[in-house]
Amino acid sequence: MLNNPGLENFEKITSKNLPRENYISPGHRACQGCAEILALAMVMKVAGPNTIVANATGCMEIVTSPFPQTAWKLPWIHVAFENTAAVASGIEAGIKALKRKNKYQDDLPNVIAVGGDGATADIGLQALSGALERGHNFLYVCLDNEAYMNTGIQRSSSTPYGASTTTSPAGSQSIGQQTWKKDMPGIAAAHNIPYVATANPGFHLDLMNKVKKALTINGPAYLHIYSACPTGWRSKPEKSIEVSKLAVQTNVFPLYEIINGKLTITKKINKPKPVVDYFKTQRRFAHLKEDDLKFIQQKIDEQLARLQRLETDKE
Amino acid sequence: MTKAKGLEVSLAVAEAVKQANVDVIAAYPITPQTHIVEELSVYVANGELDAEYVPVESEHTAMSASVGSSAAGARTYTATSAQGLALMHEILFIASGLRLPIVMTVANRALSAPISIWNDHGDIMAERDIGWVQIFAENGQEAYDLSIAAFKIAEDHRVLLPVCVNIDGFILTHMIEPVLFIDQKKIDAFLPPFNPALTLDPKKPVTMGPVGVPEVYAESRKQCEQALINSREIVAEVFDQWGKTFDRNYKLIEKNGPDEAKSLFITMGSMGETTMTAVQELTDSGESVGQVRIRLWRPFPKKEFLNAIAGAEELIIIDRALSPGSHNGPVAQEVKALLYDEPVKPRVHNVIAGLGGRDVTVKDFKKMYAMSRKNELDPNYTIWGVRSDA
Repeated sequence: MLNNPGLENFEKITSKNLPRENYISPGHRACQGCAEILALAMVMKVAGPNTIVANATGCMEIVTSPFPQTAWKLPWIHVAFENTAAVASGIEAGIKALKRKNKYQDDLPNVIAVGGDGATADIGLQALSGALERGHNFLYVCLDNEAYMNTGIQRSSSTPYGASTTTSPAGSQSIGQQTWKKDMPGIAAAHNIPYVATANPGFHLDLMNKVKKALTINGPAYLHIYSACPTGWRSKPEKSIEVSKLAVQTNVFPLYEIINGKLTITKKINKPKPVVDYFKTQRRFAHLKEDDLKFIQQKIDEQLARLQRLETDKE
Repeated sequence: MTKAKGLEVSLAVAEAVKQANVDVIAAYPITPQTHIVEELSVYVANGELDAEYVPVESEHTAMSASVGSSAAGARTYTATSAQGLALMHEILFIASGLRLPIVMTVANRALSAPISIWNDHGDIMAERDIGWVQIFAENGQEAYDLSIAAFKIAEDHRVLLPVCVNIDGFILTHMIEPVLFIDQKKIDAFLPPFNPALTLDPKKPVTMGPVGVPEVYAESRKQCEQALINSREIVAEVFDQWGKTFDRNYKLIEKNGPDEAKSLFITMGSMGETTMTAVQELTDSGESVGQVRIRLWRPFPKKEFLNAIAGAEELIIIDRALSPGSHNGPVAQEVKALLYDEPVKPRVHNVIAGLGGRDVTVKDFKKMYAMSRKNELDPNYTIWGVRSDA
């Protein structure tokens, strides 16, 4: 598969062979309808028991680890906000050295770093870039709920244009978030790492197969997962999967993967729904006017066209 | 014992780290720490040391990766200076809070601004409360010896805390000094392989670094502090064992000069050697003066320090760092706080000397002594050698 020997005999995850074991226990303190913890649990299901997790400060860290409780059935470490890729690189290097020196008897574990969009696209970008560039064999998972939700819905560089947050509030002089969402997968891909993908828990098999590929491939992998946040987006908790699906069906959040530099759109939308259908589900966009929506629709179309050009690029 | 070899102190420290058979080195270059980590990368490149050398993109990551690798069960080393140490600041507390026995050399250097690559203790003094064991080496031999001993201290299950060995930037790091090296076999016998208490082991999953709710945070910090307080005994034990094994004796607090000396210089780091020359010359000319070196700075060895200064009438405390807006430099603050509870207190003079690499000579120490006798030093502190024309 696409010149990657690791993926030649890749056995796909289907609804029939779905891993059953959960590594994040129920009873954690995530909000109702949190699609982020759902996505995180899917990642860990695929990764399985021989896995070490480094978790950045953020929602997932807080809701899974209030001492003396823990939701984790995997070895897990939280150090700080901006350094989870650095911590993961240390874990990977440590075990690699121990293995080589015959001080580690078991098979090499998966090393997975988990961070939110703030931890990834803002404060942790340098540490992530360093870890990707150095070529550590690890998977970095960005769970993107498009703002600093843990601290109370402040904007990040991953917040979409026009969204109202507590630090990009919509007002008579402001549309809300005034910048376009940072292209984190593009930045990760620019490190020429073997695997980069976007995923969405609304498309669970696509997500889980991407996790499996990312862990199969040797070298750094980056997975950017759309993570619906009813609390921060002012959407209905019971509609999180619907909202997640709409993000893909409207091309707001296209699903693709980049294996050794080659981009493939993994979920092609033949008849995309208008962006406004997606925006209607979330009150963070409620203030947007017709002209704003027209502008955003145009930008979304351009964004998809760019991905399609990259997909057909023969080089 | 073999003959001493003349070697740059940085290379002697690198040799010590190699002989400690570390598994991971995560480091970012900063003057004057560079020669240590360059040499280690050479050892790794030519197979003399089987370790992962992680050439990180910042000191923040150097410490973060060190936390990860130590938590994974690997013996881990890093080194830094000044701005690099300041960039690590946040993670230094986490390394001790997670009880990870990382060993770090700090090649002490002044903090910006203005930017200075030269020595003082401003960098580590800004990190007094990180919860690490903090040791000051005085010369090349000590830098080599204590760098090995540091691993034994850190990894002792009664300690399990990170240890930082301070060596003065340039004054020690770039100086060629005679160093007696120890056979690898003897070091292996002294320093057993790292046996971590807890690791990130998929067969025995643990949660490291959970949320400390108000009901547990204070207890958690208290436990860490208790471990640091308790480490004093283990540091002394390891120094003692070092002396018995390698015939070089180190004390937590070292007193030099006549026992009954009325005036005592208090020093940390390489300045102690210059002070001793001054003390010698002053003693020869009939003055009653001695010197006390603080080798272990954290935890502060209260009992040993009070014993060392017992009977002295006057202390001249040399600080190599400023504590802006405070009554004294950091070392003098520490000592004065300690003396508050003592029934008999010596007079305390505080001289802040050698900031940003300013040379402090034997003559300077003699002048400090003369001024202290005539009560000419400032009642709080004197910043030594500040030019009035500047």
